[in-house]
Amino acid sequence: MTTIEAPRSTGRNKQRSNFEMYSWLFMRISGIVLIFLVLGHLLIMNILDGGVQRINFAFVAGRWASPFWQVWDLAMLWLAMLHGGNGLRTIINDYAERDMTRFWLKSLLYVSVIFIVALGTLVIFTFDPNLG
Amino acid sequence: MPGMPEVTTVDVASSTANLEAGVAKSFGTLYRGGEGMWTWVLQRVTGVAVFFFLFVHVLDTALVRVSPTAYNSVIASYKTPIVNLLEVGLVGAVLYHALNGLRVILVDFWSKGPRLQRQMTWVIAAVWVVVMVPGIFFMLKHTVETIFGSTS
Repeated sequence: MTTIEAPRSTGRNKQRSNFEMYSWLFMRISGIVLIFLVLGHLLIMNILDGGVQRINFAFVAGRWASPFWQVWDLAMLWLAMLHGGNGLRTIINDYAERDMTRFWLKSLLYVSVIFIVALGTLVIFTFDPNLG
Repeated sequence: MPGMPEVTTVDVASSTANLEAGVAKSFGTLYRGGEGMWTWVLQRVTGVAVFFFLFVHVLDTALVRVSPTAYNSVIASYKTPIVNLLEVGLVGAVLYHALNGLRVILVDFWSKGPRLQRQMTWVIAAVWVVVMVPGIFFMLKHTVETIFGSTS
């Protein structure tokens, strides 16, 4: 009877993370939630009751007076930025062939996503209807 | 293997006498994924377009923290006929991305999904048209009335 030697490669195979599986799952779960949040947002803002023509500062003030729309917009901001950011990460990984190109494009992407999420969150929480 | 994208490899050496040799040389291999490939391409294109719009949209909305005048003036540009037309494109892109995303989820998780993926493509195309027709009507109503005069 012959004994088959254990594979010599170490580390690499043992330390594989499930990050890409969770990223794949996140795209599907966030996608379902975003269908309601984003299509609802577009329906209200662009189609119903005069659509975009009726939007102004007073309209925004009226909506953000309600915690319901604040939570709606906050959830939409975070989920859409993470969903879109993860999608762009996949596209960069697919098409940017040089290591350094991938590194810099993804760095730019992550900085942009953090900036936009932070700015949007700040605006929702610190909105002042009596400004100006 | 069922469901695998078909790849046609063209042997350049044996087809040089052929009229299509020039085409074969320049393309080498030709990917023929059919509807499944095009829905995937469109999912990427619409996703990237919507992501870049979202970036701009958070910036313009942030002007509510600057002053009502600043916000109202940037929102005024959203009401112009050309940007209004771009909004129709945005809604169309988001709606496609949502419907096709749902189709991808059904292919991944529903036992009959992979077998019915082609039929589901035509279902989402039909739903897209049915939603977009009244959607375009209400989105462009004001712009059309501004340019051509009110009909009522």
